Amino acid sequence: MDKFTTLTGIAAPLPLINVDTDMIIPKQFLKTIKRSGLGVNLFDEMRYDSDGNEVEDFVLNKPAHRDAKILVSGDNFGCGSSREHAPWAIKDFGISCVIAPSFADIFFNNCFKNGILPIALPQEDVDKLMDDAERGSNAIITVDLESQTITGPDGGEIHFEVDAFKKHCLLNGLDDIGLTLEKVASIDVFEEKAAQARPWV
Amino acid sequence: MTGKTLYDKIWDAHVAHEAEDGTCLLYIDRHLVHEVTSPQAFEGLRMAGRKVRAPEKTIAVPDHNVPTTLDREEGIKNEESRIQVEALDTNAKEFGINYYPVDDIRQGIVHIVGPEQGWTLPGMTVVCGDSHTATHGAFGALAHGIGTSEVEHVLATQTLIQKKSKNMKVEITGKLSPGVTAKDITLAVIGKTGTAGGTGYVIEYCGEAIRDLSMEGRMTVCNMAIEGGARAGLIAPDETTFEYVKGRPHAPKGAQWEAALNWWKTLYTDEDAVFDKVVTLKGEDIAPVVTWGTSPEDVLPITGVVPSPEDFTGGKVDAARRSLEYMGLKPGTPLSEVAIDAVFIGSCTNGRIEDLRAAAEIVKGKKIAEGVRGMVVPGSGLVRAQAEEEGLAEIFEAAGFEWRLAGCSMCLAMNPDQLAPGERCASTSNRNFEGRQGFKGRTHLMSPAMAAAAAINGKLTDVREVM
Repeated sequence: MDKFTTLTGIAAPLPLINVDTDMIIPKQFLKTIKRSGLGVNLFDEMRYDSDGNEVEDFVLNKPAHRDAKILVSGDNFGCGSSREHAPWAIKDFGISCVIAPSFADIFFNNCFKNGILPIALPQEDVDKLMDDAERGSNAIITVDLESQTITGPDGGEIHFEVDAFKKHCLLNGLDDIGLTLEKVASIDVFEEKAAQARPWV
Repeated sequence: MTGKTLYDKIWDAHVAHEAEDGTCLLYIDRHLVHEVTSPQAFEGLRMAGRKVRAPEKTIAVPDHNVPTTLDREEGIKNEESRIQVEALDTNAKEFGINYYPVDDIRQGIVHIVGPEQGWTLPGMTVVCGDSHTATHGAFGALAHGIGTSEVEHVLATQTLIQKKSKNMKVEITGKLSPGVTAKDITLAVIGKTGTAGGTGYVIEYCGEAIRDLSMEGRMTVCNMAIEGGARAGLIAPDETTFEYVKGRPHAPKGAQWEAALNWWKTLYTDEDAVFDKVVTLKGEDIAPVVTWGTSPEDVLPITGVVPSPEDFTGGKVDAARRSLEYMGLKPGTPLSEVAIDAVFIGSCTNGRIEDLRAAAEIVKGKKIAEGVRGMVVPGSGLVRAQAEEEGLAEIFEAAGFEWRLAGCSMCLAMNPDQLAPGERCASTSNRNFEGRQGFKGRTHLMSPAMAAAAAINGKLTDVREVM
């Protein structure tokens, strides 16, 4: 997995609540058997018209935000389907950090498996970053995972919380399966005991 | 020491390892797999030279992409869909997991097949790369959706890295009124709590109205726990549960049944257990409901009117404005005057036999309104067979519905079953998101009986008027 240490770049504002994973990557793009190549279809139905032309006023089509590395959005980001195609598409587009007041559970977990840092912040902090994001390349934002800080264009710092284990994995680009297999003895022991206690499983 | 909730008990019985910071390896008893979220996971195993740790606990079935038309035998015409289903065929064979291929009568939506075949049992941990895995919580199993990386993790290790969620109780007291169903309960709850109301929690549904539900109804309620943001929804197992499970192909038999039953009977929330959040609804206060917007929290009684953005606060004002524009609705319009173009009866939310019976009861002897197309998609081949045996298929066909083969179909419209732009659908599925049932398609969520009533009248309809 890609490491996430620090990220400096343009943020794109998407001031909508309940951005669902159908919006992030519509179902017609779930037919792939690969993880890559989904960035071009990120937010497909908002980003393109029915003829496949770019919708000019959609944020990621605007010159100021085409190269965004950070997305700032509203409450309950990533709700709906468990499709990991959503973080795959976000990452493939070039965005590695999503900032919102809250996230849906499955999407939030999926981000960490793909080198994306989802940051939940109080609404007033998100509002401030949303204003910064509106200014495109005139408002570069830096996210530092080690120190858990976001630095805005005016130099102001916002602290954010992140689970210590998830932070460790992201900073070091660790593979979950490899980590778990180090504890395979515990799984063996559990499986044996469970087979005695609940043989019907 | 305070008592334990049902969630606490199941959790405690499945912790294989706990780190100092509370990060656990949770052992997974059943892993359900479908074709859309698994190919990258199997490919990951292959590249790392790993095997499936517990193939006997892994069950796969194609459902999202499969055609539901009767010409299915001729194969899947869309090449990408076909490749995805063929990949599952190959992976199931190569890794030696349990499999119900497209031509097996037991094939169907993964969340209908699991319970039907007795794979889902009380007290289990159940996961699947699909958010509606919450369905299995109806059995008192801890069941939730996972992403593809986690699918690979479970395939390789039979565990998930998890931290425990908080406990939330949703109690539905008293009795439901005539015409009110499990779907109305689950939508009414989301209408009250919002789509993020359950985030960070596992919900236990309880109360008289929940106890009174059949297993089918309980599955409908738990299915949409995810739409309320919860990791999982649970209902404590009882005689209704045991009765449903007994005799199913993969349910325990003989002495093992007795042993299992003894443990299952301990799976309830202790009286002195403490919940972190409690929501209570009176059963008699719940009306037949429909959604008006593009979020499952946009729920109103069918007797209501389309709201105005100004009725809301915060980010919901803009969201409501956007929803109303997308849905083509004007504030103040009575919901019962909203004309529809299509009706979809099916999905893992409402594709079980009881759902088809409820819809058939309304439809019997009547015709679909002119200009409305109706589709009934059974949740599994076995549900389809039973509905045919009970004469339900004839009722639907006589009314003008298409009687389809089993699959996810127009719930998410990955196969050709889709709405055209601007088409408005009365749907028994679980999501009314923009584009969910087809590009620019408009979805109103409701119960099977309500969808059937809408089909007959050609507009959203209070089912109590046609009962």
